[in-house]
Amino acid sequence: MNFRPSAVTLVFFKTFANSLLNAWPLLLAIAAAAAAASLLLLALNANPIQAFSSMLQGAFGTTNATAETLVKAIPVLFVAIGICVAFRGGVVNIGGEGQMIAGAVAGVTAALTLGPIITFGPLLIALCLVCGFLAGALYGGLAGFLKAYFNVNEILSTIMLNQVAVQMMNFLLNGPLLDPAELGTNHIPKTARIVQWAELPRLSLSLGDNFELFTRTRLHFGLVLGIILAIVIYVLLWRTTIGYRIRAVGQNERASRYAGINVRRQIVLAMFLAGGIAGLAGVVQVLGLQYRLQTDGSPTGFTGNAGFNGIVAALFGGLNPLGAIPASVVFGGLLVGAQKMQRDLGVSAALITAINGLIVVFVVSSQYYIRQRARRRLAAPTSPAAAAAERPAAAAALEQQA
Amino acid sequence: MIDQILTASVLASAIRLATPYIFAGLGETFGQRSGVLNLGVDGIMLMGAFAAFYTVFTTQSLLLGVLAALLVGLLLGLATAFVSVTLKAEQGISGIGFYLFGLGMSELLYQKLIGTPKSVTGFPPLAIPGLSDIEFLGIGQIFFRHNLLVYLAFALVPISAFILNRTTFGLKIRAVGQNPEAADAMGVNVARVRYMTVMLGGLMAGLAGASLSIALLNVFQQNLTSGLGFIAVALVYFGRWRPVGVLLGALLFSFVNALQLQASVIAPNIPSEFAVMAPYAITIIALVFASKQTEKPTALTKPFERGE
Amino acid sequence: MRKNFRLIVLFVLALALTSLLPAQAQDAVFRVAAVAPSATNDLAFSQSMYDALLAIQKEMGEDQFQFVFQDGTFIVDDAAVALREWASSGEYDLVIAHGSQYGAILEELAPEFPDVSFAWGTDQNTFGLDNVYAYTAASNEGGFLNGAMAALMTKTGVIGVVGPIEVGDAKLYVDGFVAGAKAAKPDVTVNVTYIQSFSDVPLATEAAKTHIANGADILTGTAQMVVGAIAVAKEEGALWFGTQSSQAELAAEAGVQFQVYKWEVVLRDIIANIKAGKLGGEAYVITLANGGLVMEKGLR
Repeated sequence: MNFRPSAVTLVFFKTFANSLLNAWPLLLAIAAAAAAASLLLLALNANPIQAFSSMLQGAFGTTNATAETLVKAIPVLFVAIGICVAFRGGVVNIGGEGQMIAGAVAGVTAALTLGPIITFGPLLIALCLVCGFLAGALYGGLAGFLKAYFNVNEILSTIMLNQVAVQMMNFLLNGPLLDPAELGTNHIPKTARIVQWAELPRLSLSLGDNFELFTRTRLHFGLVLGIILAIVIYVLLWRTTIGYRIRAVGQNERASRYAGINVRRQIVLAMFLAGGIAGLAGVVQVLGLQYRLQTDGSPTGFTGNAGFNGIVAALFGGLNPLGAIPASVVFGGLLVGAQKMQRDLGVSAALITAINGLIVVFVVSSQYYIRQRARRRLAAPTSPAAAAAERPAAAAALEQQA
Repeated sequence: MIDQILTASVLASAIRLATPYIFAGLGETFGQRSGVLNLGVDGIMLMGAFAAFYTVFTTQSLLLGVLAALLVGLLLGLATAFVSVTLKAEQGISGIGFYLFGLGMSELLYQKLIGTPKSVTGFPPLAIPGLSDIEFLGIGQIFFRHNLLVYLAFALVPISAFILNRTTFGLKIRAVGQNPEAADAMGVNVARVRYMTVMLGGLMAGLAGASLSIALLNVFQQNLTSGLGFIAVALVYFGRWRPVGVLLGALLFSFVNALQLQASVIAPNIPSEFAVMAPYAITIIALVFASKQTEKPTALTKPFERGE
Repeated sequence: MRKNFRLIVLFVLALALTSLLPAQAQDAVFRVAAVAPSATNDLAFSQSMYDALLAIQKEMGEDQFQFVFQDGTFIVDDAAVALREWASSGEYDLVIAHGSQYGAILEELAPEFPDVSFAWGTDQNTFGLDNVYAYTAASNEGGFLNGAMAALMTKTGVIGVVGPIEVGDAKLYVDGFVAGAKAAKPDVTVNVTYIQSFSDVPLATEAAKTHIANGADILTGTAQMVVGAIAVAKEEGALWFGTQSSQAELAAEAGVQFQVYKWEVVLRDIIANIKAGKLGGEAYVITLANGGLVMEKGLR
């Protein structure tokens, strides 16, 4: 393989190396989380060492485990990339869940209606992705529009719109989109299966006859799409004027306005892009994994919390699309490994949820010190996770202007 | 039709539904006014709900139940403050972490200590003598036949407004939330004020949980709140960080929710998906119109995070 | 590279070892692995399967029957990971996917492991595979009985129903209940509220209170969020009819009758089939007639 380090990969490795250099508060945080989790496990008569080794085993222990970790990471990565755009633009987008659902509904509708007409797979897939992107973008853009022109706080609107999306999906799955085969029988709210040529291919690597990687796993092409998208959005944010404007508004709204940037348009654009990318997460889940849209009956609809997990992954990744890649994989591993721990030790799913919470709290608590050290060492001008912190000032400026 | 849907019992139902949002929303308002966003409210509510339920389940004492919820809320508020203020963690994520911890921990404790759904005798309805008999417009039934915690929630609205707007403590909170550097220069201990507001918020979130588990529902189950705490956070934005605004938001949301439940009885042809979606959609729409009307923003009502 | 090679050797060794396991497992103990969306103590869908597995274990003895149960797995993809792991481990004689939302993943997984027997529900579709059993509950039957009895007992002539999402056995039960009530007493009013959630206890509780305010003196409902509605029935002196698992203890003096799922009827048959070498291809329906549905009396 001809490998030439580009600017992008260099930045990627630099970020990665820096985070390793400054890893000790992180390690301390992980140790503290592990200690707290151990206490919980001991209280439940479970062996902590066995628990953690089974967690690691479940996340990366076998080829299939690694594949499932990556499968779990794919939608989280997409949402996280979108979150990077929104948060960099100073918009706190909690609406990944709803935007993902909007994208999935549009994507599956496209696959079902266009599938019989367009038999050229790549074209059909591309059309589904475009439809999903647009649906998610409009749904996210709506929250951006309400914020920019009607002063409706986006945290409020996106939390509410998530619920609206779940109900809308349930309605469609129970009516217009219901699999005709379910009408007479069980009435399970799901669509028909999409045509085979709309499916994203599975990723399996065969190097000769002796070496096979990810064969017979569920790892799909969405991973490649996600990584490409991360690079594209990185370039967009840091190498184009569009990205510069979005970031400028996120960093200092008033200054941007004086500089002649149309602030409102940037806010809508940031949410449009963020929503669209989250919408892609929804389509990719449908085309790559489930091959149909189906509610799981939970309050999140079908997303498996990816819309929320994406926020955490984005912030852990320093609000950098490239940083979101390892962050999503680690987060995916955490979730998949925890399930394995539940199976091996017979502990309750509730314990897993609690431990995940502890890990998030401890790790995020270490971030400030990591940033401080990084800043001292590199004298970096902006801290990566500062966009959210700068937001209220921006909101105040916006309201003053209104 | 209108007399079927706008009954006194629907309005009374709205009052009940609004109660946990008011508790949690008021608590969150204090935190945000001082500059701390606590997204973990739902987790604290769950822990408070369980603590209250378990205490009442074992001791039959409602007072002890409320105290247990307050204590758990206070402790989790302290932890939240430590992480947000002292460790300066990203508040959005740490809140999600606390939420997950509360979600899992409350269920785990429930499984280990109780095991299967049980019910307790919670706060009984307390008819206020005289007022509860007012027949005019059903006022007695709507407002004055609720349990103690419902009254407490509504009573806390003017109290919170008074504290925020008329006391030195409130002034400090607003100063710290508005311009921590200036407040600091004037000798206000920023960290201490924020610790106090976030712990107060935890206290109220615990109370919100107790209002569910030992007053309104009188049962406990995993994820009892079902994401209610997140709606409460959203309502703080609806109310523009003012206690009365939070009250109005909670009432609007709950009123539409009560209406849609009533609609399922008298107009069963409306698809239930649209009915259930209504409170969420209408809250957004209402804010679109509300923010048009109140064009003058008050500089007081902005949350502030210390950007260092 | 050498390290990789060593890893591969280790991996192959591990594979060889695991392939020895099924031979070991086959002789005495019958092992089952099951995944379910909600908690095993939900007094509803997931508990019905958990209780059935416990009952079978009691019948056969712990030295003959063992099971692992992963609950709280409402995320379909998480269930997919568990099912694949169990299937590929070769340790389990039967792998159960207890939730109709798991159907699509089973359809994909089962052909890959033709030697493993799978069961799933509630549905009747075995996907034409001879290593998949399907099972469902004719919950409309008990719903009909509950509805008829409720119609005869109501004094106000109004009955309230709190349902989750209009799907599967929940819809069957509610439809059966309404039909039963109308059959017993055509002028009875049955108000049905679907709250669009399996887990929202606060909303289910307020829905029950709304029914009471509209004159209902009898309530029923299905899925795990009804616990609050049961408490309402108790507090308001109304009567409660239940389904899926017995809620008699929680409902106390309000509880009249419960339709209880006895999946052990299906499991017994499946276990016997597997022991005889038949790994699937059959769909089961538990009914009142075959003893898979049992009407239990409450304390009322």
